[in-house]
Amino acid sequence: MNGLLQVEHLTMRFGGLLAVNDLSFTANRGDITALIGPNGAGKTTVFNCITGFYKPSEGRIALAHGAPQVWDDLEVLTRRDARSLVRPDGTLFLLERMPDYLVAQRAKVARTFQNIRLFSGMSVLENLLVAQHNPLMVASGYTALGIFGIGNYGRAERAAIAEARRWLDLTGLTDRADDPAGDLPYGAQRRLEIARAMCTDPVLLCLDEPAAGLNPRESADLSDLILRIRTDHKVSVLLIEHDMSVVMNISDHVVVLDYGVKIADGPPGAVRDDPKVIAAYLGVEDKEVGKVEAEVGL
Amino acid sequence: MTTPPAETDIARAFKDAGFWALVAFGLFLPLIGFRTVQDIHNEVTLETRWPLLFGFVAIIAAGRLLHNLVIAPWRERRGQRLAVPTAAGVQRRRSLFAGAFAPCAIGFVLAYPAIAIWLAGAGGAAKWLDNFGIQILIYVMLGFGLNIVVGLAGLLDLGYVAFYAVGAYSYALLAQNFGLSFFMLLPLAGILAAFWGLMLGFPVLRLRGDYLAIVTLAFGEIIRLVLINWVPVTNGYAGITSVPRPTFFGIPFNASDEGFAAVFGLEFSPIYRLVFLYYIILGLALLTSFVTVRLRRLPVGRAWEALREDEIACRSLGINTTNTKLTAFAIGAGFGGFAGAFFAARQGFISPESFTFMESATVLAIVVLGGMGSQVGVAIAAVAMIGGTEALRELDVLKQVFGSDFDPTQYRMLLFGLAMVLIMVVRPRGLISTRQASVHLLERKTISGTLVREGHG
Repeated sequence: MNGLLQVEHLTMRFGGLLAVNDLSFTANRGDITALIGPNGAGKTTVFNCITGFYKPSEGRIALAHGAPQVWDDLEVLTRRDARSLVRPDGTLFLLERMPDYLVAQRAKVARTFQNIRLFSGMSVLENLLVAQHNPLMVASGYTALGIFGIGNYGRAERAAIAEARRWLDLTGLTDRADDPAGDLPYGAQRRLEIARAMCTDPVLLCLDEPAAGLNPRESADLSDLILRIRTDHKVSVLLIEHDMSVVMNISDHVVVLDYGVKIADGPPGAVRDDPKVIAAYLGVEDKEVGKVEAEVGL
Repeated sequence: MTTPPAETDIARAFKDAGFWALVAFGLFLPLIGFRTVQDIHNEVTLETRWPLLFGFVAIIAAGRLLHNLVIAPWRERRGQRLAVPTAAGVQRRRSLFAGAFAPCAIGFVLAYPAIAIWLAGAGGAAKWLDNFGIQILIYVMLGFGLNIVVGLAGLLDLGYVAFYAVGAYSYALLAQNFGLSFFMLLPLAGILAAFWGLMLGFPVLRLRGDYLAIVTLAFGEIIRLVLINWVPVTNGYAGITSVPRPTFFGIPFNASDEGFAAVFGLEFSPIYRLVFLYYIILGLALLTSFVTVRLRRLPVGRAWEALREDEIACRSLGINTTNTKLTAFAIGAGFGGFAGAFFAARQGFISPESFTFMESATVLAIVVLGGMGSQVGVAIAAVAMIGGTEALRELDVLKQVFGSDFDPTQYRMLLFGLAMVLIMVVRPRGLISTRQASVHLLERKTISGTLVREGHG
């Protein structure tokens, strides 16, 4: 299998509320996987479980770096009391065992937020440098060398600025580089958040409603940006989105959630015509309610 | 017919001044108008101080009148003038001033002892060096240290004096019991204080905002109470006396034959010791400032500021926020420890009395008034707050106005509060409210304080 992320039997309870119920899906390497569903379906909860911000009540979330053969060791890793398993040809991670910052640092899963979370009082460039914290920290000898100007921190910082510059050019923010992030217009803030996530050098980019609040033109530009991230930078994308023009145009694989349960899983064309999906989004006619409920299992 | 509107303006100004005089009278009547004194029969009697009270009321009425008739129209005219679009030029001139300020200020403080001795003579300069120079610089240094925790990392710390105390007691005890020299113990005191910074950091990692503030406040009190009650080690309330003084590479500053003055063939004077101490604390303050400036350009400094802006975003970028917070606490505490060791060496006597919450509050006020995160702002605020209170001692002229039993230092807290309210009204984000980005791609820009978050956990 060419899977990158494998979610199995993911369940998340908040007290008596069952936010995600026994969800399983796979996101393949090099794919754009969309996670859609009506409001309150539990999409962001799934994101928070994958990125380590929530500890799932049950389930396994595995992510593989390197050769597909590392998946053979999934059961070995699960039985061990370890977060990851390193092999010569790759590494396997169990994300539900890792704290949030290690999911980003080691497993290389980057994310954006539904309500934009930029460092608004820092400049655009500083936002992108903070994203490269871990490699820069090593280059500065964990501050101990950098404070005395020993070592190659200067060179590392210039390289980091060059990397930031590349993403600024790609997102069209270069001439705003020295402005505070909080001063940018809304669409630019969304792009900056994606650029910041990409500066962490991820293998999987999780975008939580990146097109929310964008006009049709900006949405189209965003679609292009996401496609380029996938094609040019070989980064797989997991996408939560309500804007169906974006979802249907760019995603390779769509997972539909409703009330925390997966109701459809497949290529966009198939999902679009799935009666359960249509029912979840648009509802059904009164006379069909009983039939559909029986099908969905309510 | 242009006079009638002007007349009504004046009438309104007087009416307004009268109203504020009335408010001032009501406010100051219990505060200043009455006073309890013990007479020779040990009975408490009430004494009135009408001249003083009316003096205050008159000052306020006159000030309000001045504001209404002169300052307010002037500000209005100035506002109209500034609305004319010459903003770019104004901006450039101001940034030139800002760029030249720090080097000029450093030049002045380097030359300060020479200026003080030249103006006041060797005898008179002692007060200027000790009360104004050294005292202010200790608080500048404490302000710089706390600035790392509160201003950069956005962690509200109300117990900073604890680290100052740890540094002071570390130096005093180790110097007395093991005879180690000041310059050996200075880093050691800093390291011990940093260690206690970590001790405080661990339990408060999960706390934010008000809760963080309360626990740090409690931590400061715990350290003070330990110092009071652990009598075998700290000697309790009595404190530690005759703490060894720093020496000039082994040469003590005393009147003996091996003393500094004798060795260098100078006439003995206590001023040499003060000049020496002045340059030590100046060096320490400059070191703190230099280290902070460098740290801001390193990933750890940027992570502190990012932590202040948004902790969740930090974690999503793979930053270990636990370590980041702990380094902020430890480094801030370390500088507090340096200042504490210097304080003990300068006073020669320390007791828990010197490390009350009031000190924490003063240092925090300096950081907040200065503008959180701004080095220049903190330095200016320290000069104003500490220099201001010291300057009150010098205002003996006021005795001729208010009578011989008038003691201006008694009004310290009143003026303190007034100044703080005034600054917070005029500049709610502190004296220097803009933030300088640590790195720039195309041009250096300042970031308005309204966008910078305050953090606090």
